[in-house]
Amino acid sequence: MNDFHTDPMFPLLYSVRQRVRENDDTFTLELEPSAGEMLPAFQAGQFNMLYVYGVGEIPISVSGDPSKPYRLIHTTRAVGSVTRSMADLRENDRLGVRGPFGSHWPMESVTGSDLVLVGGGIGLAPLRPAIYHIMANREKFGRVVLLYGARTQEDMLYRRELEQWRSRFDLEVYVTVDRATGSWHGAVGVVTTMIPHAPFDPLDSVAFVCGPEVMMRFTVQALQRRGVTADRIYLSMERNMKCGAGFCGHCQFGPFFICRDGPVMRFDQIQDFFGKWEV
Amino acid sequence: MAATKSPQVHDKLVIARDELQGLFDALHQRGYQTVGPTLRDEVIVCDVIHGVDDLPAGWTDEQQPGTYRLRRRPDDALFGYNLGPHAWKRFLHPPVVRLWHAERTNGNYRLVQEEEQSPQLALIGVRACDLHAIRILDRVLAHGTPADPIYSELRRKAFIVAVNCEQAGETCFCVSMGTGPEMHDGYDLALTELIDGDAHYFVADVGSAKGAAVAASVPHRAATEDEVEAADCKVAKVAREMGRTLDTEGLKEMLYRNLESPRWEEIAARCLACGNCTMVCPTCFCTTVQDVTDLTGKQAERWRKADSCFSTEFSHIFGGSIRATPMSRYRQWLTHKMASWVDQFGTFGCVGCGRCITWCPVGIDITEEVKAIRAEDRARV
Amino acid sequence: METLEEVIVEHPFFRGLRAEYVTLIARCAGNVRFAPSQYLFHEGEIADRFFLVRRGLVSLEIFVPGRGPVSIQTVSEQEVIGWSWMVRPYRWRYTARALEQTRAVAFDASCMRRKCDANHDLGYEMMLRFAGIISYRLQATRLQFMDIYSLNG
Repeated sequence: MNDFHTDPMFPLLYSVRQRVRENDDTFTLELEPSAGEMLPAFQAGQFNMLYVYGVGEIPISVSGDPSKPYRLIHTTRAVGSVTRSMADLRENDRLGVRGPFGSHWPMESVTGSDLVLVGGGIGLAPLRPAIYHIMANREKFGRVVLLYGARTQEDMLYRRELEQWRSRFDLEVYVTVDRATGSWHGAVGVVTTMIPHAPFDPLDSVAFVCGPEVMMRFTVQALQRRGVTADRIYLSMERNMKCGAGFCGHCQFGPFFICRDGPVMRFDQIQDFFGKWEV
Repeated sequence: MAATKSPQVHDKLVIARDELQGLFDALHQRGYQTVGPTLRDEVIVCDVIHGVDDLPAGWTDEQQPGTYRLRRRPDDALFGYNLGPHAWKRFLHPPVVRLWHAERTNGNYRLVQEEEQSPQLALIGVRACDLHAIRILDRVLAHGTPADPIYSELRRKAFIVAVNCEQAGETCFCVSMGTGPEMHDGYDLALTELIDGDAHYFVADVGSAKGAAVAASVPHRAATEDEVEAADCKVAKVAREMGRTLDTEGLKEMLYRNLESPRWEEIAARCLACGNCTMVCPTCFCTTVQDVTDLTGKQAERWRKADSCFSTEFSHIFGGSIRATPMSRYRQWLTHKMASWVDQFGTFGCVGCGRCITWCPVGIDITEEVKAIRAEDRARV
Repeated sequence: METLEEVIVEHPFFRGLRAEYVTLIARCAGNVRFAPSQYLFHEGEIADRFFLVRRGLVSLEIFVPGRGPVSIQTVSEQEVIGWSWMVRPYRWRYTARALEQTRAVAFDASCMRRKCDANHDLGYEMMLRFAGIISYRLQATRLQFMDIYSLNG
C-alpha cells in the first residue's frame, strides 16, 4: 500500500489556481491541494517534483512564501515536453506534486549577519522564498542586499515585486541587464560587476547565489575577491533528477546527491568538484 | 538421521547432496519462491528454479576480460561455477516495475496505488561478494530517509541461502575489497559443498532463526569437527587463489585528486559506453522514471526502470548533458564505485566480483585502470 | 572639508597610492558634475580626460544606425571611466552619457601623460592600475557576451 506519506514516489494531487506569464518563455503556476490534504510545509530553497498527466515529471524550486505553504508557487521555463505541457494548463487542471525535497537556504544560522542575495535570470525564483522569510523576520538580519541580473528588462522575473522591494528602506535592491532594450536607463553589465561595490560588510556577510552555473562560478570569484569566505557562500545547484529522493542516482555531483545534499550547498564543501569539467 | 534437537543459530549441520531437494521443499512449503542459478543459452543465469535438478550440476565457468565460457567439471558439483552475469538486484531491485497508475475521471484524473503484494523470495546460491552487494544495497535503498518501499519489502521477506565458492575466478578480487571469500553473517543458511570420493554433501552454517526453522525441516545431522575444518580449509584455499588484486589504501582520496588524469582519456579511447558494466554490477542501483499513457489517454502509468550512468541522457539538463563525453561517464562510474560511494554510504561500492571485467566487450579491467591511475599519481608527486 | 587629494586617495582605484604621487596627480584633477542625460564625451572626440566616478551612473554607448544609441555597459560609483587617453590615437571609442546626477573627478590627459613621462615610477603605477581595470572589464564583458541566461545553456 503506498500513499504520499509512506511512498516518496507517489504524488499528491494539486490544482492550478493561477498562471502568470513572467516573460517569453517563463511562467509561474500557483497551486492548491485538490482535496484538502497538503504536503508538508517547505523551507526556502527546497523543490518539488511536479507531474503532468501522461507526460512526465520535473523538479522545480518552490518560489512562494514559506509561511504560507498551502499555496505552492512554482516558476519555470517552458523548454521541454513537460514544461511546455505545464504552460498549457488552465485553472483547476491537476498536477501531481511530490516533496518538499532537498536542503534549504540556512536562514537560522545567518541571523545577525549581512545577507547578499545574488540572482541571475530564473535564479531569482528559488531566492524569493528566502526574501519573504527575511522580510517577515527583518530584525534578525543585518544589511540585506539583493543583486539581480537578467538578459534584458523584459526577461526579469517578478518585476512588480522588485519595484516594491526596491522602495523599502530596509532592503537594497540593484538590478542589471546584459543588454539594454527599450527605455532601460539602469545598469548594464553582468551581475558580478555589482559585487565589488555593493553595500555589505564582507567580514560578516553570508551570500546566497542562484542562477546558471557559469554565472554562479564567476559570482563566487567576485565574492571571494571582495573578502567573503567560502564557508559563507551558498549556491543552489542543479542536476538532472528523476526521483528527487536519493534513489535514482541521476543528480549526483561528485559524492553529493543534489536532491538530498542540495540543491542548496555551501561552497567550501563543493569547491573541489565545482568547476571541474563534466563532473 | 535426524538430529536430536532443533538446529540453533551458529550450528553447523551436514545435508547430503541427495537430501538437498528437501531444502527447496521446505522453502516452498513456507511460501517462498526459489530463485537461483540455472543453465541457459550457455550462460549460468539466475532465475526461478524449482529444485536441485535446475542447478547447473557439473558446470563451471572460465572468465577473462571480455570472455565468459562454460566448461564441464570433472565432478558433479552443484555450485561449482563462480558468477554469471546476473546479480541478485534483478530480484530485490527489479529492473522494470510499475509504481502507480492514474485514471482519467470527469475531466480530471486520480492516482491509483499498486495493490500487488511483493513475492517472498528465497535466493539460492548467494556468493560472499554478492552477499556484501546486498548489504550495500540495503544501505543505499533501505536505510535512508525516505527508504525505497519496493526494495525494503522484498528484502524483508527474502530468505538467503549463501554458498561458498569452489574456486576463485580469474577476474575475482573479493579479498582485496574485503568482501570474501569468507562469510560471517547476513545469510539465513550458508552452504559449503564438499565432494570426497563418493561422499557429496554440504556443510550448512545456520545464520539466523529463520534459517534454523527451515533447516529443521530438512534431513540433516550435526557436522563433525573434521567436516567443519574441511569446509574452512576450502574457503581459505579460495582466498589464496584470487585472480586479481586491487590496492584500496587511500583509494578514495587518490581518485579524487586524479579527476584530471590523462588515463581517463586513454580509457575513453577503448570504452564503448555500452553500459554492460552497470548492468552486471551487483551494486549499480540507478533507475529512471518513465511516465506513459495509453493511446486513448484514459490511463497513465509511472514505471521505474533500471538505468545506466553511461547514457548521454543520464545527466541531461536543459542546455545539454553535464557529462557529454564518454570519458566523463566512465570516470563517473569508476569514481562513484571506488570513491564517492565511501562518502555517500560508508563503504566502497565495488565488491570485487569481477563481472564488469568479464562482461566488458573490450575487456576493460577496473583493477588495471586503478593501478594505472595510481602509478601516474605516484609519478606526479 | 574634503580636499581633492583626500577624495583621490579614498577612491578604490587609487587605494594605496603613495602620498607624493597623490599630490602630483591631484594637480591634473578637478571636480566635475553631470546632470541626467548630459554627455561626458562622444565617440571619436579626443580623449583628453579620464574620470573617477564618485556618485551616479554613466552609460557607455555605441550609436548603431537604425537602432540609435545602444548601451553596452554602465559604470557606477567607485569605478573608473576611460583609458583611451593612454593609448594612441587618444580618441574615445564610445560615447558616455550620465543616466543619473553624476559626480566625478576628471584628470586631464596631457597633464597626466607629461607627469608619467617625467616620472616612470608614477607611470608604472598608473599602468598597473589601469591594466587591472581593463582586465576586470574584459572578463565582465566576455561573461556578458556569453548570454548566460539564454536557452542554449
